[in-house]
Amino acid sequence: MTTTGNNGVAASKTNTQPLWLLAEVTYRCPLHCAFCYNPTDYDKHTQNELTTEQWIQALRDARKMGALQLGISGGEPLLRDDIEDIVREARQLGYYSNLITSGVGLTEKRIQEFKEGGLDHIQLSMHDITEEINNFITNTKTFELKKKVAAMIKGHGYPMVLNVVIHRYNIGHIKEILEMAEALGADYVELANTQYYGWSLINRSQLMPTKEQIDHAEMITNEFRQKVGNKMKIFFVVPDYFSDRPKKCMNGWGEVFMIVTANGDVLPCHSARVLPGMAFPNVREHGLEWAWKESPAFNKYRGDDWMKEPCRSCPEKEKDLGGCRCQAFLLSGDAESADPVCTLSPNHHLIEKAIEDAKNPQLQAQPIVFRNDKNSRRIAAGEAPELVKEFHALP
Amino acid sequence: MTTSVNPADIYSLARHYRFQWEEAQQCYVLLFPEGMIKLNGGAGEVIKRVDGNKTVADIVTELQQAFPDATDIEADILAMLQLALEKAWLEKRN
Repeated sequence: MTTTGNNGVAASKTNTQPLWLLAEVTYRCPLHCAFCYNPTDYDKHTQNELTTEQWIQALRDARKMGALQLGISGGEPLLRDDIEDIVREARQLGYYSNLITSGVGLTEKRIQEFKEGGLDHIQLSMHDITEEINNFITNTKTFELKKKVAAMIKGHGYPMVLNVVIHRYNIGHIKEILEMAEALGADYVELANTQYYGWSLINRSQLMPTKEQIDHAEMITNEFRQKVGNKMKIFFVVPDYFSDRPKKCMNGWGEVFMIVTANGDVLPCHSARVLPGMAFPNVREHGLEWAWKESPAFNKYRGDDWMKEPCRSCPEKEKDLGGCRCQAFLLSGDAESADPVCTLSPNHHLIEKAIEDAKNPQLQAQPIVFRNDKNSRRIAAGEAPELVKEFHALP
Repeated sequence: MTTSVNPADIYSLARHYRFQWEEAQQCYVLLFPEGMIKLNGGAGEVIKRVDGNKTVADIVTELQQAFPDATDIEADILAMLQLALEKAWLEKRN
């Protein structure tokens, strides 16, 4: 158990292990998806990516701490030419490794090298059954390419893991998307309802479906699951905004999950850098073991000592740990408040308003802010107040 | 659709699953896309012997010999394999 002092800094070491390591090896990406969870100011991290040697050292250090599952993600990881080296090292160290890709840049030569190097599986993002929606939401012409890449993955004997981010523009096509996945020979399909962080938070009103649409999509998914059985495993990730209790985010802050970002920051979750006043460790300055066990950032929200009411005395506090710190901050301005998703949160009206806003045709009609370098550069430089909507309900 | 485990059955680990000893956790684990399972001592000893060659009866005999002090382990082994089959960790080979 962790004990934390009043200032939230750990007084003793944790004995949790980072079983999952996510390597966000680059923020560069050929796609411009409107729902990307990457930081909106990612542009400032594209010039100082870790070297191959730094990545290999990080893999070794995390493995010693018990890390087992490795996700190689981004941005688009295939924009780096050293993924083959990273994969080979991962296999030798005993990781179960997963390349999370848009498919852009995957060639016969590269997939062959990944296979020989011991990459365990490839997760391919798909967007819709229609070329129109695929190309619109990613702001690229990638529809035909994704189908070719899916066949290539299957052809090399890899399990086919498809990830489909669900939003207003494709939620009406769930059945067709599942039929496409089955036809492509998918072994796993993740229907990941958009969660609202990063770019997707900016585009929330345009992306969010209605409660009725989500319920219908879940029903169709359940029917399809009955039909295909174990042949194709289907995960339907219920979006936070439509649950009445928050998720146990990341299965607990600093409990099982660790991210190393393109520039070497070590994070307990994908979007933690939005939190104010936090100094996250960086592998250029600190080892991963110190980052995980000792750093103030990783100990800040470990356990439940940091909680305020209504979480502190809540009988369900161990079940959900008060939900997501980033979501609490992004919506309420207070990172230590209950996740507004919870109906017991004093800020729950913010979620209800967001759901209402998503039905407002005027808000829906606003132009989407696509994830691209130009928009990111302007946001990072503070030059684009019109792109950064204020979600805080500050007093 | 659930079939029952029979003594004459031969199983292997499902495609894309990996079984290995973990020094940091001091246990066997099963690794697969998007997940992992830590196996307790008994379950680890059973899955270790699932190799696409041995029958379920072979595995029972082998474990009875390896752990002579454990009484009546056959039912536990069958229950463990049944669970593993239902979870789709195993594939039937015969």
